[in-house]
Amino acid sequence: MSVRRSRVDAVTDSMIHAAGLRKSFGDFEAVRGIDVDVRRGEAFGFLGPNGAGKSSTMRMIAAVSPVSDGQLRILDRDPATDGPEIRARIGVCPQEDTLDTELNVRDNLIVYGRYFGLPRAEVRERADELLEFVQLTEKAKAKVDDLSGGMKRRLTIARSLINRPELLLLDEPTTGLDPQARHVVWDRLFRLKQQGVTLVLTTHYMDEAEQLTDRLVVMDKGLIVAEGSPLELIATHSTREVAELRFGVASEGDTHEALVGKVEDLADRVEVLPDRLLLYTTDGEETVAKVHERGLEPVATLVRRSTLEDVFLRLTGRTLVD
Amino acid sequence: MATTPTPSSAPATPFAGALRQVDYWWTLYLRTWKGSVVNSFASPLLYVLAMGVLLGGFIEVAPSELEGATSYLDFVAPGLLASQAMTIAFGETTYPVMGMIKWQRIYFSMIASPLTVSEVLLAQFGFVAARTLLACVVFVAVMAPFGVFASVGGALGALLVQVLVGLAFATPVLAYSAALKDESGFAVVYRLGLIPLFLFSGAFFPVANLGAGLEALAKVTPLWHGVDLTRMLTLGQVDWSMAAVHVAYLVVLAALGWWLAVRQLTRRLVS
Repeated sequence: MSVRRSRVDAVTDSMIHAAGLRKSFGDFEAVRGIDVDVRRGEAFGFLGPNGAGKSSTMRMIAAVSPVSDGQLRILDRDPATDGPEIRARIGVCPQEDTLDTELNVRDNLIVYGRYFGLPRAEVRERADELLEFVQLTEKAKAKVDDLSGGMKRRLTIARSLINRPELLLLDEPTTGLDPQARHVVWDRLFRLKQQGVTLVLTTHYMDEAEQLTDRLVVMDKGLIVAEGSPLELIATHSTREVAELRFGVASEGDTHEALVGKVEDLADRVEVLPDRLLLYTTDGEETVAKVHERGLEPVATLVRRSTLEDVFLRLTGRTLVD
Repeated sequence: MATTPTPSSAPATPFAGALRQVDYWWTLYLRTWKGSVVNSFASPLLYVLAMGVLLGGFIEVAPSELEGATSYLDFVAPGLLASQAMTIAFGETTYPVMGMIKWQRIYFSMIASPLTVSEVLLAQFGFVAARTLLACVVFVAVMAPFGVFASVGGALGALLVQVLVGLAFATPVLAYSAALKDESGFAVVYRLGLIPLFLFSGAFFPVANLGAGLEALAKVTPLWHGVDLTRMLTLGQVDWSMAAVHVAYLVVLAALGWWLAVRQLTRRLVS
């Protein structure tokens, strides 16, 4: 749940303010006019598929990519003129690891801390604290190349925290990690959130957005198509439950497409995916029972709660990960 | 922590920004110094022995035909020194730069901090200058017992010249590397740049031997200016007006290269 603050606070505590923000590369418009406001202490997410414009937006917020058009203020400063001052106060965890494989784990943190004008002794102390925080203390002297993907990502997160940032930007923080490693990263990010660090992350994983963000925007083709808390978005754009039906196409002699007509009156809405039908309904079990009563025999059924994936499918007609 | 944490900040000046990266380059150097020291000690020794002593033993000509040198060893030693400065500059600004852009993407992490592209490059060229100076100190120490230096002052002057030679090559080559899509462009710069310069810029024979047309061409190359200036100093036969031309040429090239390097790397990183 997002913490609603008074109007005055909302102005003075503005971490990110974007209005009509655009980014183009030649003829290609990656971001086509978005409005975003993030306040101190929030955990804010950009959800969308690859190519939605999330990373371009993040690079502008990180003050490393000039704004093409519109207004952008980070920590109430203009990134066009105050880039170094803004970057001194934020942390950036990029999508692709940018660790120095020539240096060991601890040295990666130490040399990076020095870029922020921090004294050597203090950087060493912080490096050790952060290694503890991301559970890499035992790997302090290890080569970066010897770390697993999850460990590298945790080290990148530790590095992004070396300047005690007020705002932490995470671009696809768990993309490419196995489920176990993702949960470890989520746990650490959740702790940061509890410590009051403002988190802004992009993701194309709905569970990540649901777990970590108070409020998010759904992006598609450079535009924001919906905004709200995860629960609000699900309540507004989906039903409580979803019944997933998979039919053996060959034995039925019917495609999933052709079966829609036989079940569509049982649900508020039906979506056809290549391998299954999604029936949006208040009571999934009841809907499945009615499907069986009609003599239809799906080879597999699953009843689950609606997720942001369903919201995305509803809003764009496409799935998040394809 | 008992003390109040230091707030992170933007550097007050580009020089302050560059100083923040001393730890990075020093840590990196500590990882690789062993190999580079052996290399910078062994290769001058081998070159001086093979080219200066053994090959030079066959060459007996009047000093007038060797730009004033009394032996071929004295003639070739400054040429080898300046060539080494050039080679180090190429080595530090080709593949490592591609790595920092494409493979490890270190530049991207650097500019995500308060540092700017200019500050990043200032530190990197500072490192190239230090690397060049250190390798040339070793080179000079190896050559000194062969009696190739007319004076201590000349040897020290020659060392400073190598820093200038190094920067005059490092800055434009880095600009070139920053514009490359992939590493295949390096073969071109080595084959058509470094090797012809190494062979034909007066390091191994007087450029007068090339004939009038090619001599004029050789005399516009940066390495010739570096070699000639170094040779004046090691032989103790300085033509000050010509020396001023050499220094001016190298300074202008380094300045132009710096401008291009900042431009190209900014294009590559800030989009």
